[in-house]
Amino acid sequence: MIINHPLLGPRDSQEFTYLGDASLIDRPDWQAPDAVDQFHDYLYLRDNPAGEHRELWFHEQGDRSWLVVTRNVVTHEILNVELASDVARSRGRSK
Amino acid sequence: MRYSGFRVIREALTGHKGWQPAWRDPAPQASYDYVIIGGGGHGLATAYYLAKEFNQARIAVLEKGYIGGGNVGRNTTIIRSNYLLDGNEPFYEFSMKLWEGLEQDFNFNAMVSQRGVLNLCHTDAQRDAYTRRGNAMRLNGVDAELLDREGVRRIAPFLNFDSARFPIKGGLLQRRGGTVRHDAVAWGYARGADSRGVDIIQNCEVTGMRIENGRILGVETSRGFIGAKKVGCAVAGSSSKVMSHAGMRLPIESHVLQAFVSEGLKPVIPGVITYGAGHFYVSQSDKGGLVFGGDIDGYNSYAQRGNMPVVEDVCEGGMSLMPIIGRARLLRMWGGIMDMSMDGSPIIDKTDVDGLYFNGGWCYGGFKATPASGWAFAHLLATDKPHQTARAYRFDRFRKGLMIDEKGMGAQPNLH
Repeated sequence: MIINHPLLGPRDSQEFTYLGDASLIDRPDWQAPDAVDQFHDYLYLRDNPAGEHRELWFHEQGDRSWLVVTRNVVTHEILNVELASDVARSRGRSK
Repeated sequence: MRYSGFRVIREALTGHKGWQPAWRDPAPQASYDYVIIGGGGHGLATAYYLAKEFNQARIAVLEKGYIGGGNVGRNTTIIRSNYLLDGNEPFYEFSMKLWEGLEQDFNFNAMVSQRGVLNLCHTDAQRDAYTRRGNAMRLNGVDAELLDREGVRRIAPFLNFDSARFPIKGGLLQRRGGTVRHDAVAWGYARGADSRGVDIIQNCEVTGMRIENGRILGVETSRGFIGAKKVGCAVAGSSSKVMSHAGMRLPIESHVLQAFVSEGLKPVIPGVITYGAGHFYVSQSDKGGLVFGGDIDGYNSYAQRGNMPVVEDVCEGGMSLMPIIGRARLLRMWGGIMDMSMDGSPIIDKTDVDGLYFNGGWCYGGFKATPASGWAFAHLLATDKPHQTARAYRFDRFRKGLMIDEKGMGAQPNLH
């Protein structure tokens, strides 16, 4: 698979390390009253869809940036690549 | 019709006109007492033991494709019970004992061959870890033998013992481990279940579940609605897809694992050998092909095929461990979809929906578990209580911190 890095252009997926579902960006609030339940769901449960999947890849052998890759997990086709920092900021994180 | 040597001779003398299909191809009835989703090894074994050991009737197995077309026909056929943790080891040993009596039990030649499973170690620390694992196995009444370098050399003289980077220091051997012809397992269980009245319905995909007031009433399928008092889901690889019909999210990711076979060769590899320093394991089929594999590709996938980097990685592992493999040509390779769970161990449990039961999360170790998984799931379905050896395989172990994490990798499915 070739991942089209937003800054570096097309790179072989071998340069990357895979983490998992991009929902891992949305870390729950540890002070919420139901934080235990939220963290259980956050850490252990996955949608695991058979189709488009937004996921986190780390450019370990490259510029060490985190990317959010939208990929069809049935065909392995990569549909969109964003910087994870942009995604997190657009969700109100890392202000 | 019972199979026997006498029967083979009789058929040979009468032109093989007496053989019949090993199982029927029935149309689905309107309702059943038990509907098992998934006609793979685990689903068929569940139906077989439900009928045979728990004396239940009105059972159907629903398979979206054909019998033997999924993971039960895609694995590398290895059986072993060399686990470390107490939550796992008694279960896999129960499975090993069932393997040992399986062919007589279901009257089908599954070619169970206890040719030994040898895990190689390459560092002192790894030898310590294997010593510990071997002791844990023996505490559970399982055979385990720690071999030194010369012991390994007697079994497999062709290995690369003097690799400067990963010299072979010894290995942990389970002599009762080995291989089984995987297709025959599916066929044997299908035939055994069918002959006890189980309806095996192929080309029947579950497309929805009818749930009212927290109780399951049946499943919607590509062949119409099928009512059921109890529904068991055993579709590892597609578990998240099927259980999403019940509104459930699972502690599971689907990943692709590749397997490979070389051209047929004369006997060279005596048992199953696993490389302790890279992702590679190998055995030789009775047809002569070297059957080998490595690690999962490492990213979510529902495609039953992998990518080239892992092919390269596996072949490099093979060359590093046993350079003679370089002379063999790769004949075929394929992929299967694994339920990778959050701690690397399976789940056999009830769900929050009355009458809906789940069996999955087998990671890439499901084949060896087939008989025990079927038995334990049948036990749960028939009695509503977990089988003695499968009590740890519960959904709530993540919430309670009772993970069964053999590798100690944490909630990172692609590292198990």
